[in-house]
Amino acid sequence: MDFRLTPEQESFRNEVRAWVKQNLPKEWTARVISGPDVPRVEAYKFLREWQKRLFDAGFIGLTWPKEYGGRGLTFLEEFILHEEMALAKAPPVLNILGIAMAGPTIIAYGTEEQKKRYLSKILSCEEIWCQGYSEPNAGSDLASLQCRAVRDGDHFVVNGQKVWTSIAQAADWMMLLARTDPDASKHKGITYFLLDMHSPGVSVRPLRQITGDAEFNEVFFENVRVPVENVLGGVNKGWEVGITTLMYERLALGFGLQVRLRIALDALVGLAQRTKTNGDVASKDPIVRQKLAQLWIDTEAFKYTGARAITKLLKGEMPGAEASTGKIWWCETHQRLQDIAMELQGPYHQLMAGTDRAVDQGLWQYTYLRSRANSVEGGTTEIQKNIIGERVLGLPKG
Amino acid sequence: MDFGFNQEQEMLRATARKFFENECPSTFVRKMMDDPAGVTPDFWQKLAEQGWLGLIYPEAFGGVGLGFVDLTVLMEEMGRAVMPGPYFSTVLLGGLAIQEAGSESQKKEWLTKISGGAAKVTLALTEPNARWDAAGVTLQAREARGGFTLSGTKLFVHDAHTADALVVAARTANAASPEDGVSLFLVPKDARGLEVKLLPTMDQTRKLCEVTLKDVSVGADALVGEKGKGWQPLARVVDRAAVALCAEMCGGAQKILDMTTEYAKIRIAFGKPIGAYQGVKHRAADMLVDVENAKSITYYAAWAVDEQVAEAPLAASMAKAYVSDAYRKVAAAGIQLHGGIGFTWEHDLHLYFKRAKGSEFTFGDATYHRERVAQLINL
Repeated sequence: MDFRLTPEQESFRNEVRAWVKQNLPKEWTARVISGPDVPRVEAYKFLREWQKRLFDAGFIGLTWPKEYGGRGLTFLEEFILHEEMALAKAPPVLNILGIAMAGPTIIAYGTEEQKKRYLSKILSCEEIWCQGYSEPNAGSDLASLQCRAVRDGDHFVVNGQKVWTSIAQAADWMMLLARTDPDASKHKGITYFLLDMHSPGVSVRPLRQITGDAEFNEVFFENVRVPVENVLGGVNKGWEVGITTLMYERLALGFGLQVRLRIALDALVGLAQRTKTNGDVASKDPIVRQKLAQLWIDTEAFKYTGARAITKLLKGEMPGAEASTGKIWWCETHQRLQDIAMELQGPYHQLMAGTDRAVDQGLWQYTYLRSRANSVEGGTTEIQKNIIGERVLGLPKG
Repeated sequence: MDFGFNQEQEMLRATARKFFENECPSTFVRKMMDDPAGVTPDFWQKLAEQGWLGLIYPEAFGGVGLGFVDLTVLMEEMGRAVMPGPYFSTVLLGGLAIQEAGSESQKKEWLTKISGGAAKVTLALTEPNARWDAAGVTLQAREARGGFTLSGTKLFVHDAHTADALVVAARTANAASPEDGVSLFLVPKDARGLEVKLLPTMDQTRKLCEVTLKDVSVGADALVGEKGKGWQPLARVVDRAAVALCAEMCGGAQKILDMTTEYAKIRIAFGKPIGAYQGVKHRAADMLVDVENAKSITYYAAWAVDEQVAEAPLAASMAKAYVSDAYRKVAAAGIQLHGGIGFTWEHDLHLYFKRAKGSEFTFGDATYHRERVAQLINL
């Protein structure tokens, strides 16, 4: 056990640090005083450019093979990179679903043509990806999905609907799970498609969220023709393809979550240090101190639990129990953090963007509301606990 | 950067687990609960033979010369077995205080004896004021006839009744800062005026004493470290011992999770194993989250105190805050998921539940350490 960086790792860290110092967009850092979640629609263009710059500098896809635009490094460098991004309060990576889900799945299951065609454009953000999994009647019970794909010559014809599809309004491609064999048992008749969002018959309807912002969407398919070569991993093999990379994905997403949590925590500490309550700053109040210290501890615990999982992966072992707890812990901690941010503002917490009286231009109000989704999106906390109970602890299915 | 245990450490874990399964089953633990000494000479000697009494002491003093990360592995296994006896008080408190502050000859004499199982030494730090900081040290040591005279009361002293000597924290000067003027003295158990009273404790596997010193005279050579400068080494001892305690707590929490998971698989209610119900499954998942985070933050703290990085005190406090709450919660959940049987004297759960409670307050509970974290991050 050793937390010191090797000389190579240190030089990598310095490379990242120097680049970020030079290239971090000033207009962004002014906006993220309350954490990294800004209303996304207005930020898409900016974030696309930011990711392109990161890619050009070699900081996207660190662990991907070199021939597909990656750097062939390990999760340790990824860990170091994200630590630096958190310290610098850097903007998030827009094409995260492509990088954390579509890309690794294509690397694992794709043909050589598919790898050449899609991977580097995911990294450069030339093509944005969304995830077509959930449906109105298939959320936590994903394998009940009903969206149909029927073979017609060298195409499949897709009909149906997806929902809660983040970033679909800006996406060029979708990871689509559709039912290709309605007679098979529910996990067996599903196929994983790479679907061109610009195809005729695809329509996207933004859904307004409790933030007032439309980040996710409904997506409708009406006789959408998908070429057979866009099947990933084989017809009726979609369930396996969709879930095999989950462990990898959980880790990769975890890096981004860690950055967001750290940035939000630093912002909260800043808020506590300048908010007056009863004549003194809130950060001197013993109860506030207890709460902030606990958040600090919980944020660090999240980081070290992730570091344990990475170490196992690097030693060629499958991450175990420690990798499964991150999502639950992150949600719990981040939602509590946002609750405390509201509490610190007292009656000011009611004011949204649009008045000078609003604290930090009302950005905390956005992040507070947005955080409610954390324990629903990407697998609800309840589903995560089922997974831990059954797959990690070995408890029987209900 | 590597955040895992190496092969030797994994081997130590396997050896220790087997050893405690054989030598320290709960029948033994229960016998020691009723035994005032809390340990048998035979068991103590076996710990010495394994090299565990001197695990972290330098080879020059009869130790094995391993580090705190190695110790973490051993402590986890001791916690898993709710091992009774004065290991913690001797190796992590009295012995460590001598290692941190003592002279070469004190180290040579005492660490060698401790490593070989020939002596037990505890640390008398806390007083009836129940404070963990330097201001809590009020026991007076006056200079007299070329030595010192100690008067006052120490409370919550681990295993003083079986110790051969006590390292006593005393005040030799009242300075502006309470951290100045604290001195450490090595007091033999048979010193005149020293009275030790064993107290009934909730956790019977951990023996606590009240120690009264009435004009106890010691020579100048009893001083451990520099006069008036005892707090700094003592603070390091407390941080290190707290981290070792966290490791022990992690081991106990993991054992509770294991027992509870096994029980949830075999206990049938309404025609199904109770683990199939989400009410049970989700609580077990919560236990796992707590156990894994507790380990992560403890392992980091063990590395930090071992390497004496600047962040070590912060790491120690983060760990003690997190693990204090986690062990208590996990132990309570374990009882709840076991139902009535978990509340019986016969079932071993209460041994862990009580150990969790005692450990929670040893060296400060979560509230104490969260405030210390707040100070250390300049809040």
